[in-house]
Amino acid sequence: MSKPSVAGVQDKSYVVAVQEVKPLSVLGTDGTVVNPDEMPKLSDEQLKELMRRMVFTRTWDQRAVNLTRQGRLGFYAPVSGQEATMVGSEFALNKDDFICPGYRDMPQIVWHGLPMYQAFLYSRGHQHGGQIPDDVHVLMPQIIIGAQYLHAMGVAMAFKKKGEKRVSITYTGDGGSSEGDFYEALNFAGAFKLPSIFMVQNNGYAITTPFAKQTAAMSVAHKAVAAGITGVQVDGMDVLAVVKAVQDAAERGRNGEGATLIEALTYRFLPHSMSGDDPSKYRTKEETAEWEQKDPLNRFRTFLVNKGLWSEAEEAAVVEDAKNTVAEQIKKAETTEKMTIPGLIDSMFETTPQHLEEQKADYLA
Amino acid sequence: MAQMTMIQAIKDAMRVELQRDPNVVIFGEDVGKVGGVFRATEGLQAEFGEERVYDTPLAEAAIGGMAVGMATQGFRPIMEIQFVGFIYEAFDQIAVQAARMRYRSGGKYQAPITIRTPFGGGVKAAELHTDPLEGLLVQTPGIKVVVPSNPYDAKGLLISAIRDNDPVFFMEHLNLYRSFRAEVPEGEYTVPIGKANVVREGSDVTIITYGAMVHTSLKAAEEIEKTRGVKVEVIDLRTLMPLDTDTIVESIKKTNRAIVVQEAQKTSGIAAEVIAQINEKAILHLEAPVLRVAPPDTVYPFAQIEDQWLPNAAKIVAGLNKVLDF
Ligand SMILES: Cc1ncc(C[n+]2csc(CCOP(=O)(O)OP(=O)(O)O)c2C)c(N)n1
Repeated sequence: MSKPSVAGVQDKSYVVAVQEVKPLSVLGTDGTVVNPDEMPKLSDEQLKELMRRMVFTRTWDQRAVNLTRQGRLGFYAPVSGQEATMVGSEFALNKDDFICPGYRDMPQIVWHGLPMYQAFLYSRGHQHGGQIPDDVHVLMPQIIIGAQYLHAMGVAMAFKKKGEKRVSITYTGDGGSSEGDFYEALNFAGAFKLPSIFMVQNNGYAITTPFAKQTAAMSVAHKAVAAGITGVQVDGMDVLAVVKAVQDAAERGRNGEGATLIEALTYRFLPHSMSGDDPSKYRTKEETAEWEQKDPLNRFRTFLVNKGLWSEAEEAAVVEDAKNTVAEQIKKAETTEKMTIPGLIDSMFETTPQHLEEQKADYLA
Repeated sequence: MAQMTMIQAIKDAMRVELQRDPNVVIFGEDVGKVGGVFRATEGLQAEFGEERVYDTPLAEAAIGGMAVGMATQGFRPIMEIQFVGFIYEAFDQIAVQAARMRYRSGGKYQAPITIRTPFGGGVKAAELHTDPLEGLLVQTPGIKVVVPSNPYDAKGLLISAIRDNDPVFFMEHLNLYRSFRAEVPEGEYTVPIGKANVVREGSDVTIITYGAMVHTSLKAAEEIEKTRGVKVEVIDLRTLMPLDTDTIVESIKKTNRAIVVQEAQKTSGIAAEVIAQINEKAILHLEAPVLRVAPPDTVYPFAQIEDQWLPNAAKIVAGLNKVLDF
């Protein structure tokens, strides 16, 4: 069986063929460069920016977990462990590329421009959380697992039709890769040769179900083969590898070479969501400890420190900034004017029909 | 003015809009070269190109999702679901994604999508090809539901649907596609969504209905006028969401008696809603309870007994007699 016929990438070991693949990595777990050929072209300033964003995201996540426990946030899905995948994949895009996120993908859309207080409003169940500013190219997070794959495919169709050199990116977890919508999106993207990037953040579990029970496929990335699109696997704890994989996929998309499915192997250190699952019931301490060895922040920090690009003081400043930003943004969310039933009614249609005007009157009296 | 069947009028509406607005696109299963299983889009791909009118792989959720995604980027998709029973496959995209887009985004995004689907009984089609699912759709906040009963309305309503900035579910009755011709103006005109039409004036009793049942009801009205001398008013709702309750209430004030005729199963459907509205707004004008003429709450039957299951003129006349003799 031949490998997917995408120019220039057939000879890479992390491109999926019908055999086992080895994930693309640039850094070893000790922070040394193991694969210099795949090093993305980034300036020192960009390398530092990646670190800043990962550290900021980790702190923000910790604060959000606390805020949820205090009842100041609503639904929240923790992201610690997945920073390299989330931050790195967004970093590899242009500002006008379009993100269709799932419920866990807040970091990507905030780094893409959504004000953080709106992310908090979304969590608190306020409509304004989804009122994306005009110059921010994202949708609000999707709850229906897989639906965002179809939207990203549709967005890419629009870009293709308008002749715009933009790509869409979307995310789900390993569980989401079992949904029908996932397959339909991949298949459409293949059939119409669309500039979509489909990312699967394989963090080992769908709520509590382990990946081994999710699929008998050799990998998620293999699912690209049947759709005729490029499939690659990447070490999702290695931010440089993620940047490279997404940059390559975006370039293929912009060059008219079609869609890419990227499986990022990653891990969430915390529970599935803050709504009550206890990870100790479905995974072992040893497993978590093993993944903690691959912590994306530690790896990248070592790499930067070795290059003389990062210091404890710089990191402390980022943590401080993150704490202050979260405090200020949650305050802004908490003091945003509350939703009203008449406002809700008016958000159903462009022009509110008479029967809804009548129903609205009951609340205005 | 041209004489057109309903299917020709529907195609004409799409042609007018494809010409007028470059953001209008049509897609679905087999809609391209052959123009769909009912030829509603026949010739449109030849005229406007594959960029505007195109076939998709066979996957309803993806058709719906493509429409939602494209809508967020300024397109005005017209998606065809080949037969009504297959909307279940796309129901998440219609009811959860398109219908909630404006709400979820606090008004930032909209979903100006037209979902066209054939439906409607009396044609002995295969299972799930004809089911009247309008009640289910009307129960879905954020979506408009339109059911035309004639070629003129079909064209004008479809143009309104395509121009509407919210999702419109446009239901095309199979039995009306080619059953008769009517005068349809050339070029563009609209019939407003949300306005019912009094298709027959009367003073003694009102029939409120829509779709193919408009024609069955008109037949029943003629019959009872001949046999009993009563004048029946017939209202074609045309739009089920939003419902034009003003027109209904005006008629009740005049006739004081009514029945509601629907092709869909009896419970919790459009008829139930119409009666609830009459109760809320015109109960003191009633001389008799408002009755429903509707099929039983069974699965839509296989073709052999379809004719017995669907309301016909005799059942409607029996309903009229009941409210007149109350
Ligand atoms: C269509 C649908 N089915 C079920 C759920 C409930 N649910 C929420 S999260 C989840 C697990 C998802 O796991 P995965 O896709 O691996 O993503 P992760 O949360 O691990 O990032 C489930 C079953 C849902 N939100 N949507």
